Amino acid sequence: MSQSIDVAYVSELARIALTDDETKLFQGQLETIVDYVEKINGLDLDNIKPTMHGQVSTNFFRDDVVSPSLDREAVLDNAPARTDSEFKLPKIVEDA
Amino acid sequence: MEDIATLTLAGALDGLKKKEFSSVELNQALVDSIDKKDGDLKAYLKMDPEYILKQAAESDQKRAAGDDSSLLGVPIAIKDLINVKGESCSCASRQLEKYNALYDATVAAKLRYAGAVFAGRTNMDEFAMGSSTENSAFQITRNPHNLECVPGGSSGGSAAAVAGGEAIAALGTDTGGSIRQPASFCGCVGMKPSYGRVSRYGVTAYASSLDQVGPMTKTVEDAAILLKELAGFDPHDGTTLDVKVPDYQAHLTGGMKGLKIGLPKEFYVDGSDPEVSQAVLKAVESCRAAGAEIVDVSLPHTEYAIAVYYILATAEASANLARFDGVRFGHRAESPKSVFDLYAQSRAEGFGTEVKRRIILGTYVLSSGYYDAYYGKAQKARTLIREDYTKAFEKCDVLMTPVSPTPAYKIGEASQDPLKMYLGDIFTVPANLAGICGISLPCGSTRGGLPVGLQILGPAFGEERILKTAYAFEQMQGA
Amino acid sequence: MSKYLITIGLETHVHLKTHTKMFCGCATEFGSEANTHVCPVCLGYPGALPVMNGEAIKQCVIAGLMLGCEINHYSTFDRKNYFYPDMCKDYQITQMEKPLCIGGGVTIDTPEGSRRVRIHHIHQEEDAGKIIHYARHSGVDFNRCGTPLMEIVSEPDLSSPDEAMAYLHNLRQILVYAGVSECNLEEGNMRSDVNISVRPEGQEELGIRAEIKNMNTFKGIYAALEYEIERQLYIVKKGGTITQETRRWDADLGETQSMRTKENAHDYRYFPEPDLVPVTLDKEMVEQWRAALPELPAARRERMVKEYGIPEYDAGVLADEKPNADFFEIAAKLCGEFKTLSNWFMTDVMCLLSESGKTITQCSLTPKSLAELVTLVKKGVINGPTAKELLPELFNDGLMPAKMVEERGLAQVSDSGALESFMNEVFEANEKSVADYLAGKKAAAGYLTGQVMKLSRGKADPKLVNKMIAEKFAGMGG
Repeated sequence: MSQSIDVAYVSELARIALTDDETKLFQGQLETIVDYVEKINGLDLDNIKPTMHGQVSTNFFRDDVVSPSLDREAVLDNAPARTDSEFKLPKIVEDA
Repeated sequence: MEDIATLTLAGALDGLKKKEFSSVELNQALVDSIDKKDGDLKAYLKMDPEYILKQAAESDQKRAAGDDSSLLGVPIAIKDLINVKGESCSCASRQLEKYNALYDATVAAKLRYAGAVFAGRTNMDEFAMGSSTENSAFQITRNPHNLECVPGGSSGGSAAAVAGGEAIAALGTDTGGSIRQPASFCGCVGMKPSYGRVSRYGVTAYASSLDQVGPMTKTVEDAAILLKELAGFDPHDGTTLDVKVPDYQAHLTGGMKGLKIGLPKEFYVDGSDPEVSQAVLKAVESCRAAGAEIVDVSLPHTEYAIAVYYILATAEASANLARFDGVRFGHRAESPKSVFDLYAQSRAEGFGTEVKRRIILGTYVLSSGYYDAYYGKAQKARTLIREDYTKAFEKCDVLMTPVSPTPAYKIGEASQDPLKMYLGDIFTVPANLAGICGISLPCGSTRGGLPVGLQILGPAFGEERILKTAYAFEQMQGA
Repeated sequence: MSKYLITIGLETHVHLKTHTKMFCGCATEFGSEANTHVCPVCLGYPGALPVMNGEAIKQCVIAGLMLGCEINHYSTFDRKNYFYPDMCKDYQITQMEKPLCIGGGVTIDTPEGSRRVRIHHIHQEEDAGKIIHYARHSGVDFNRCGTPLMEIVSEPDLSSPDEAMAYLHNLRQILVYAGVSECNLEEGNMRSDVNISVRPEGQEELGIRAEIKNMNTFKGIYAALEYEIERQLYIVKKGGTITQETRRWDADLGETQSMRTKENAHDYRYFPEPDLVPVTLDKEMVEQWRAALPELPAARRERMVKEYGIPEYDAGVLADEKPNADFFEIAAKLCGEFKTLSNWFMTDVMCLLSESGKTITQCSLTPKSLAELVTLVKKGVINGPTAKELLPELFNDGLMPAKMVEERGLAQVSDSGALESFMNEVFEANEKSVADYLAGKKAAAGYLTGQVMKLSRGKADPKLVNKMIAEKFAGMGG
């Protein structure tokens, strides 16, 4: 029943570059954990509604009224790289 | 002035009001105490005496001018994932070592409004992922009762500070037990409010549908005082509920008489440390002796809680922690060759092992082809767990259980086996899944001198009920 | 040689007309300095939480009602996970499972008659920021990040670039009429992803499709579709197979190009957004909104024909852009000269609009000034040519015609005494033309009229001059 987790694929999806040692370590540990969590397959879940939130309520809205934005200098100063007005990135050559 | 080690929040407020001491004196004593003890405990990631004393002086001026705000001049230690404008907020991660909070979390704004002094940033498991505070990127916090033992986690810094005489009170966060378990390990009071009771705005998210901020204090009364300040509807958090905040302190009356306490049989099984079970059962017995009615209840889906929790929490975390990408804030790898590398390298360097492990697990359970098998099922199983509690609270007022199957363990002992570590959350995780409230308070100690915690659980928005029960128990203990 | 069928579907992202972003109070204003409308929420700061803009929800529902959609009375939000530097949280809040609007459609005219293009659903989401490319680095501006968007997903019901244009044109018109978006293409208010496939006639299932991403001009979409159809047909006819992929339109080269995407690029790991509770819309409120819906373009055309007695053609031209129709109707009520007004608008005003590249709301012409101009002509205060000369100043400088006429003494000369003396002067100076006329060259009368007009500096009433000249010749026995 156990699904095999492809740590290399998933870590790429999660944008975390793993070392070979980490990949190996996680492969084993995560297989054990995945095996464990599969115990939920022992439950009969037909006709059970999913719980998606920590509490049950609906309709939480905000009025369409402008509130102050943050100071740009402070915002850009928090960035690892910046220009006068923008967040700076290495040149983007790929699409996604 | 009383020693910081025993000074309570209520006591500090009283002393300030009666002008027995000033806020500067109080905070100077706190700073001295931290200076003296934190070399051993390492509860704080950051504590700036100048900043603290400046706030204290300001609050003394305000008091002199007639201000009597509810927490005026009292220092509160803050878990390092709560944004306080102008302070650091590293979440114990390399990722946010240089991050500067540009805004106040709602709980911080409320403390500010109440006149509290922001006392320092307490250590934690990185991004609140862990049960021992060993996952901090910066330092290992030690248990004040035994320096070789962990303080629990993830709010281990707050627990150690409060229990170790380095804080009067502190804020923690609890996603699967991160307030209650360290409170139990360190021997203080820790409360996880019901989901939606306290705003999460400005609290760095681990698992959005489970996280709650709560008080960590020396007494139940202090928890009641602090919770009243933290709780309430927040227009910035769409998951808070517009339910009136009771005067919790006013509910701290009466004894055990008439109280119906449920004992969930699934929480009293083999596998727990016998010293823990004995201490908790002894506590229950004393409640019975004091007039409470003890009833057996069943929470049949408890055994699935860990599986459900580690699917849902890691999935939510995988999205919540995606934003740490080295673009707008946080760590960026040197000269990445592409945008992909910018992300993958920055995140590899910025996150610690446990965080990586959970993000990868969470990414996996949501990935194409696996959603229904894991996330979809876990959400349904969560419904069953919630229903267990709804039914149980039809039969009793509160539940009493252990907080953790073990007392504090040795540093390094559990960190090599993640699953074993996860299984230690079995008694705390269900409350988060069910959205209910819970409190942990000391009920004894092991022969080795380590504290044992008693967990009292109440229905959603039934905080006054568990506070009342905990207070009654605490009074019996003290007597 | 077998025939091929073309299938096109559109996913159109439309900015809603709110003051603030979808999940925070930052302004949605266009064209501000980079990164000045940002806050913890739309920068994805640690701990920040989204709170829904109720007005955006309302506008999305109104769009749905205008397009004939069913409104989902229970609607939820989801996280769509993907890493890109313009997406502040590295996930987008969108609606996957239970969007606000289901079904509906847009009617288009085709050579085979009018047809309903079905809409699959409309969901609400947030826009991303903007990446600016420089020679050696790229920059990100998050002002646009979090702007409310609705995504209108069509069924693959379109079979040619012309049909796609008709769909987009009519969709845009309806949304502008609904008042939920400016649909300003230059400001990127309306951007489409296009799905396109070809298959041999007789084949049931659709061909493999390519998606062309993020196009914001109708012209570009048309050209991209033409190119892509050619490309796919070329491959298929050679016996090749189309790759399912995302492509980009390069307007400079006039071609679509494959985007190199990672194999996992589409593994979006959707899951319910735990920070946003569901939206429930009670039937009564939706019915109230429905009752207050603005007119649809087609209804307006019909009404304008009926109410103003203008030809269907005129109504079609005027109602094409809602602001034009609004302008016309206000002016019509002021001057009462419906057909004349319509002529003025469709010829002279539209000419000025297209020359200046402005819209009716951007220029200085007002319904009042145009109505006044038409009235001045109708009353004979000024003649047509004078009115035409004044119009550009109304259009550019916002002047009022009656005042101009008065200040500049432009009123038409209809005083027969004054005209008589102009005429006598002309007859004396143009003996040859007079003789020509009397000799039977009737065209000479026109020349003489022109000379009288010239002498009056254009202010003479040309009809009156014609009449007087005819009478004078009659008296001369001509």
